Parts: sequence; C-alpha cells; structure tokens
Amino acid sequence: MKNIIQNINKIFDHRVRLGIMSALMVNDHVDFNTLKELLGVTDGNLASHLKSLEKEEYIDINKEFIGKKPNTKYSSTQLGTLEFKKHINALERIIKSQS
Amino acid sequence: MTEKDYLKDISDIKDIMNKSTRFLSLSGMSGILAGVYALIGVYIGYKLLSGYGTGYGGGTNVMPLVILEIVVLTVALVVALLSIITAFILTKKRAKKNNEKIWTPVSKQLLLHFIIPILTGGAFVLLLIYRGYYGLIAPTTLIFYGVALVSASKFTLSWVKYLGIMEIILGLLSFIFFGNGLLFWALGFGVLHIVYGTVMHFKEGN
Repeated sequence: MKNIIQNINKIFDHRVRLGIMSALMVNDHVDFNTLKELLGVTDGNLASHLKSLEKEEYIDINKEFIGKKPNTKYSSTQLGTLEFKKHINALERIIKSQS
Repeated sequence: MTEKDYLKDISDIKDIMNKSTRFLSLSGMSGILAGVYALIGVYIGYKLLSGYGTGYGGGTNVMPLVILEIVVLTVALVVALLSIITAFILTKKRAKKNNEKIWTPVSKQLLLHFIIPILTGGAFVLLLIYRGYYGLIAPTTLIFYGVALVSASKFTLSWVKYLGIMEIILGLLSFIFFGNGLLFWALGFGVLHIVYGTVMHFKEGN
C-alpha cells in the first residue's frame, strides 16, 4: 500500500491544480479566462496554482496580446504530461487495489 | 485521503477533459422543433409541386416551373433559418442553465467545423440551381449537412456524429431513388431530427 501511495504526486493533490492539468492534457493550450470559467475559481486563486505548477516546470506560459489586451496561454510541458499520467495511473491502481 | 476522494479525482479529471474540449449545451428540443419545421416545409413544398402537376392549363397553380422551384427553395431556406434561430435561442438558454458560456474557444471550433461544409454545400447547391440540376439538390443538401455534423461532432455530444452519418446515408439513398427529393428531405431533416431530438431531450432530463 505504501508503495502505491508513493506515486501520488502531491502537486496534483489539489482540485484546482488537478483541473488545470486535466484541461491542458486535452488541449494544445488554454488561456487564463477559459481556465477560470472551467474551474470556477477566482483570478488570485488560479494565478497562485498556475505559479506553483510553473515552478515545477509542469506548464509553459506564453504571453500574447490581442489588440491591447494581454492574453496568457498555458500549455503542459513534456515533464508535466509525464508526471500527470503517472499520477492518474497511481490513482487507478489505488482504486483497483481497494475494490 | 480515502478511496472515495480518489474516485472523485478521476471523475473530476474526466469531467474537465470533457468540458474543455466539448460544447455540451446543445438542446434536444431544438432538434425536435427543427424536425417539425422541416415537415411543415416539406408539406408546403409537396402541395405546391403537386398543385403544379394537376393544375397545368387552368388548374390551381399556373406558375412557371422555374418560379415554382424557387418558391420551394425559399420555403426550404426559411425552414433552415428558423431552425438555426431556434437552436441558437434554446442553446443559449441551456448554456445559461448549465453555467456554460456560449462563446468559448470550443464553441467557436464547433461552429467553424460545422460552417465550412455547410457553406461549401450551399455554394454547390447554388451552382446546381444555376445549371438547372434541381434533382440533385436534395441529395446534395443531405450529404453536406451530414458531413457538417460529423465534422462538428468532435466538439460536442458524440451522438451528433451518428445523426451525421445517417444524413449522409439518406443523401446517398435519395440519389439512388432519384426524384423523391421531398420524401428524403422529410426523412432527413424532419424524422431524423425529431427522433434524435426526442432521445436527447429525455437523456438530458428536461
């Protein structure tokens, strides 16, 4: 049991960060406002979770301008994708082992 | 963390992957209504055309055939416009209820992938009319509509794909059973929409 738990990634063990990574897995990139609406969180909350994922180098940030409005796009890095897949596999193994 | 939390994590992941790639607020009712409009339209078209057949030379309808074809096509266009307006209003209402924005990157992709085959088909139909190939209009509209649905389906509910495939099959059949354009329009735009719309409506549970 202890062995299985080890594969759970603490970084993804939070609803918002889990949500951000889920959206980035199936989209090339997602912008800030879309993530905000998708997850139903505040600007500040989302920004802090994005920052922590960025610090781990799980996501890439790409700042662009649409006219004068800044538009920040986020995408998953190779590392982020790999780690997230490991995390999902770990979740599935735990569920299987307990059922 | 308990097992239940992990299960919830998995279902959250699936939910967000779905929501971030598919626009889910399509309304079943708008399908039903589109089908009803189509059946009414086909009925009007049928009355006009059969009036022509029996009424030539002092009967009920003395319009030249070309004018009559244009009247029938106008009815078809009105049906299409009414269906689009209905779909837009009901989708907006449903999106509001689901807390889903109507104008998202996903819904834009959905629209784009629907509109490209539709505009291609529309232009092609105009060329058919211009060249006088009226008999090809029904197969062409059904086939291009089906292709548009299949193309848009990966950005919305997956059943849209099966509706699209059925429309394509009907379009091809209407070419085989040539000269029954109105009947196939009634089946494709009327009956199929009502059947799929009803199934969706009850699946949605509202």
